[in-house]
Amino acid sequence: MQKRISTLPFHDTPEQHQKLLELIESLKGEKGAIMPALHGAQDIYGYLPIEVQKEIASGLNVSLEEVFGVSTFYSQFSLTPKGKYNISVCLGTACYVKGSQKVLDRLVAKLGIQPEECTADGMFSLTACRCVGACGLAPVMTINDDVYGRLVPEDVDTILEKYTA
Amino acid sequence: MFRSNVLVCGGTGCTSSHSDKIMERMKEEIAAQGLDKEVNVVQTGCFGLCALGPIMIVYPEGAFYSRVTVDDVPEIVSEHLLKGRIVRRLLYQETVVDEQNTKSLNETKFYEKQMRLALRNCGVINPEVIDEYIALDGYQALGTILTEKIPPQQVIQTMLDSGLRGRGGAGFPTGRKWSMAAANQADQKYVCCNADEGDPGAFMDRSILEGDPHSVIEAMTIAGYAIGATQGYIYIRAEYPIAVKRLQIAIGQAREYGLLGKNIFDSGFDFDIEIRLGAGAFVCGEETALMTSIEGKRGEPHVRPPFPALKGLFEKPTVLNNVETYANIPQIMLKGAEWFRSIGTEKSPGTKVFALGGKINNTGLVEVPMGTTLREVVEDIGGGIPGGHKFKAAQTGGPSGGCIPASLIDTPIDYDSLIAIGSMMGSGGLIVMDETTCMVDIAKFFLEFTVDESCGKCTPCRVGTRRLLEILDKITSGNGTLEDIDRLEELCYYIKENSLCGLGQTAPNPVLSTLRYFRDEYIAHVTEHRCPAGACKALTNYVIDPEKCKGCTLCARNCPVGAITGTVKNPHVIDTSKCIKCGVCQSKCKFNAIEKK
Repeated sequence: MQKRISTLPFHDTPEQHQKLLELIESLKGEKGAIMPALHGAQDIYGYLPIEVQKEIASGLNVSLEEVFGVSTFYSQFSLTPKGKYNISVCLGTACYVKGSQKVLDRLVAKLGIQPEECTADGMFSLTACRCVGACGLAPVMTINDDVYGRLVPEDVDTILEKYTA
Repeated sequence: MFRSNVLVCGGTGCTSSHSDKIMERMKEEIAAQGLDKEVNVVQTGCFGLCALGPIMIVYPEGAFYSRVTVDDVPEIVSEHLLKGRIVRRLLYQETVVDEQNTKSLNETKFYEKQMRLALRNCGVINPEVIDEYIALDGYQALGTILTEKIPPQQVIQTMLDSGLRGRGGAGFPTGRKWSMAAANQADQKYVCCNADEGDPGAFMDRSILEGDPHSVIEAMTIAGYAIGATQGYIYIRAEYPIAVKRLQIAIGQAREYGLLGKNIFDSGFDFDIEIRLGAGAFVCGEETALMTSIEGKRGEPHVRPPFPALKGLFEKPTVLNNVETYANIPQIMLKGAEWFRSIGTEKSPGTKVFALGGKINNTGLVEVPMGTTLREVVEDIGGGIPGGHKFKAAQTGGPSGGCIPASLIDTPIDYDSLIAIGSMMGSGGLIVMDETTCMVDIAKFFLEFTVDESCGKCTPCRVGTRRLLEILDKITSGNGTLEDIDRLEELCYYIKENSLCGLGQTAPNPVLSTLRYFRDEYIAHVTEHRCPAGACKALTNYVIDPEKCKGCTLCARNCPVGAITGTVKNPHVIDTSKCIKCGVCQSKCKFNAIEKK
């Protein structure tokens, strides 16, 4: 999946920045520190703004090219912010043969966005993921930490209402 | 001592249907009834029968409650735990013999043919308490080896004799890996664990780590002693938060007990383990890519040789095994190679864990001796196909594997038999499909996956898989030709032979195996512009049978695009130019009047 750098302006709070500095400090000198640094930074900011990647690069004394190479390689690292509610539809094999593509199609139609996009009001973002591991509940989607299983496409409407109300 | 033990499944599947809240409520309710000195609530790993989750077992009766909700908890406490009356309506029906009696879980069809070695502690112990593992012979294998000063060479010999083969999929003998790494001299060596279970729909390794993390830690320490390594890494998917948390707890407890760290069992042997999180890259399941990723770089594979046993992580000799492989090792050390060889088949000793999913009644985790037939797994253990549908094929090995058609359902499951029929063992994902699954569409699904996950380093894989997907797209949209099918096949062999790593070399397998067994479906797509399974949208039309339609208007009211017209009590009609083929009308119709053609 092609990754795009966010065009939204970057804001951080002093607390977030402090946490980032502490994170980088704790990883200095450790072998293979870039990935743990990016994981930690994504926990702090919810995504990986280019400004944060620059900070990591200079803090760990590696080139930005190296950090950027890693952040764009792995699908878990996001360069764009997520919506208030991030919807993840499982497209793992077990869910797929049970019709999760139809659930995703319904969400695309309802929200008017494609996977990897965020609605204009910042409420919902959509991702197609590979296996959340709840194959017994297939087909499955998650909205932030809530798991919804044994879905049929029509369920999408009532579930979305809970979050827009 | 407690008079009753309540085991609640804390695996990812059951947690997703709120087993954590059930457990909390259970503890509150037990305390409220004043039973907290008599009844113990234990959070365990996966029981295996994920389809029935959330699952709870109450001992000593062994009552197996399925699909429990938070609201059921007060009834279970006041009826069963207080008054001793089993809440029969919540019991798993298979365990009910008659109005009075129930049978044990091990006698149900789901468990009867299973043999749990790698999963022996899953659903039995609390994975967050090291003493429970120790109580079931945990760390005894390591203790014996270190305190009796068994030479590393003898440990490796036991591994060689046992015939244990890598459970990650390729089936390379584990003992050979160890002896090669042991023979190479270096100032530092490493032991790695591959817990980057990337095959979508497979969750064996996750369940082991969630249910029995110490078995992996113990086995890695044994491996470290055998090859002369002092540092281990577990590379685990970040998508497995529960497994990561339990591993962290387990490593902490092992260090506290002196079972990890400096001078283990006062033997002078040092070994420690660190966890490294993956970040969602399928290629990182490939050994050289995994090690590059632990080094914090882009997880791209590189050419072998040199093999990791000579130059692996940080350019040092490294042993890398899969989670399930490790989970077998402490038992092999305790009971001996002979015992292990007595299970399974001659060339594939032991058992294999499968994640059973798709169109099957008993979705879940099963462990069977090697050589068990696919029919036994699907029909007996899996309980068959739901909804009166028919078994069409099973897919093993995920995006690297292939399909096994219904005609070969009596194939014994072991490494060599599966290769012989064009599939592979893979890590253990086993997805069952019925006649509504289109095999061309499934091949396309896996190719979409590999196109997405190809790391891009070598051209045959990066460009080749994309071309395969384009041809499959053309076929499933009804624009394919017979020449396309030939070109597809030719390209598959080219990619297999020329790709750098295992990902590219196996990416064409789903296409090749569906072509081998379901070529007629490909041909129907191109010559008749028809999808026999009715799954490919572009080739399917929904049609209302005027004979069966009662004119109830239900379909017209539910159609999201207003493609259905008609008046009350008269047959309705679907405008195929407007229809988006979502299938809602068919699912709503009460008279089975809507068909796919």
